[in-house]
Amino acid sequence: MRSTSPRKRGMKAVIKHILMVLASLVMIYPLLWMLVSSLRPNDLIFREPGILLTTLEFNNYVQGWNALSHPFSHFLMNSAIVVFGSILANLVSCSMAAYAFARLDFKFKKPMFALMLLTIMLPVHVVIIPQYILFSNLGWVNTFLPLIVPKMLATDAFFIFLMIQFIRGIPKDLDEAARIDGAGHIRIFLQVILPLMVPALATTTIFTFMWTWNDLFSQLIFLTSPDMYTVPLALSAFIDSTGESNWGGMFAMSIVSILPLFLIFLFGQRFLIKGMATTGIK
Amino acid sequence: MSVVSELQQLRKAPKGERRKHKDNKPGHLFLLPWTLGLFGITLFPMAASLYLAFTDYNLLQTPEWIGMENITRMIGDDRLHNSIQVTFTYVFVGVPIQLAVSLAIAMLLDRGMRALPFYRSVFYLPSMLGSSVAIAVLWRQIFGHSGLINQVLEMVGIEGRGWVSSPDTALSTLIILHVWTFGAPMVIFLAGLRQIPDMYYEAASIDGASRFKQFFAITIPLLTPIIFFNLVLQLIGAFQNFTQAFVVSGGSGGPADSTLFYTLYLYQQGFNRFDMGYASAMAWLLVLIISAITVINFWLSKYWVHYDD
Repeated sequence: MRSTSPRKRGMKAVIKHILMVLASLVMIYPLLWMLVSSLRPNDLIFREPGILLTTLEFNNYVQGWNALSHPFSHFLMNSAIVVFGSILANLVSCSMAAYAFARLDFKFKKPMFALMLLTIMLPVHVVIIPQYILFSNLGWVNTFLPLIVPKMLATDAFFIFLMIQFIRGIPKDLDEAARIDGAGHIRIFLQVILPLMVPALATTTIFTFMWTWNDLFSQLIFLTSPDMYTVPLALSAFIDSTGESNWGGMFAMSIVSILPLFLIFLFGQRFLIKGMATTGIK
Repeated sequence: MSVVSELQQLRKAPKGERRKHKDNKPGHLFLLPWTLGLFGITLFPMAASLYLAFTDYNLLQTPEWIGMENITRMIGDDRLHNSIQVTFTYVFVGVPIQLAVSLAIAMLLDRGMRALPFYRSVFYLPSMLGSSVAIAVLWRQIFGHSGLINQVLEMVGIEGRGWVSSPDTALSTLIILHVWTFGAPMVIFLAGLRQIPDMYYEAASIDGASRFKQFFAITIPLLTPIIFFNLVLQLIGAFQNFTQAFVVSGGSGGPADSTLFYTLYLYQQGFNRFDMGYASAMAWLLVLIISAITVINFWLSKYWVHYDD
């Protein structure tokens, strides 16, 4: 219905694409530059704004990998444990809570639901100090427990909300049918709802991965011994120990640290963007 | 459907009549982990931190009740005032710019765009990596003395400066980093734009409304719930930012406290100096500030957010 001629419209599309390509370049240039710099000798990083590789230097990776008290694989392993534990904890506890909120009818449901929504917006700072005192009294500081146990208790309420939204979209007839066949709530949850909410579980997995992998604040607080350092802590210790002198090694390990995120992004994009768009947080 | 609209609905909903609840037992059973968490990891610690806010406590001795002393100390603490100013600048400059950029790009990407998934991914990627230490490390270099920005400036003959090491510009570099991660709100805007029926625009263009007019008469009003949603969440999120300031300033909030975010100062008080009482008082002030801004936001929303019903 628009009055522009096809040719004019074609021109417009071309201009739009040129603009978008330029904007895209601006967006990812810093990332490309970091990648390229990690493959350059240190002195070139300081005078080469371009992203053309003339030499291929893997020394930064070798040297960065071994620059701290442990090889970098040690920190990757620690992060993997925290991330894996957090994902498992979130999947189990949040899906249970979501089933209750979405499908069951019980006393105090409304106030509990309201509290759950409010905790999504609660700044972590108001609980972190007493939590630290509690966990330090339990002897849990410098273990991974303070990072995983709260998630076992469904404190990442955002995922409960995400799953509730999803369960509400599953036809109720399905549970009714199972009910008539004599299934109890545990069986309905495990055999009807859970298999159908795989996309929501995938979204939870991806977001938990991202947020836990990147989370500096609570890891900084609960993990103080280099033995227990995770990737964010190791990178930030890297700066402290080598200062501005070793950008090559730092970039190399930065690339290593975001590689898992990047892979998750590639494989999980569909879920990520859908999960964001439908429930939209962060 | 968002947390925000859900909360609004809950407020609007009529009081439920007294009746029998049929799933009491399984309901509370399925909610058991969450209930334990609510009390053990959230409500009890909140009460404890409220108590600690009125004490002097360094982890080693028992907390000593000092009444309002932490609060009077906060009133006289120049570094605290400075950290509030830094955080407010970051939030109230960074968030609006970020939202404007994300809406603009979402509009460009919306209708009849080829290669949309490609662009969407490219624009989303930074917001996914943005809160990582790796990106903060990168920023520290890019805006450093011999960093990328200065290398480019040198090519066009402008003498650079140490952007992150100068108190005048350090905070701006973090605001730029925040704006750069606009992908998350952009995706939400894109979803919102998809909800607007094409026929509105068709009808408007038959009536001879210009693109400009269509934008202000159709797009913006229909998008206000999404704008509001993004605004609320981005504000809450931006107030709690920590990683970038910590890494870029090496944990100090420098130069000259110019990047001393509120959360960073709270961390320093609580976990460097183990001044747990003062840090708890600070935590509560943060909650009050965030709640106040959220409540004001909801209140103002009556005047500019349009819902269909």
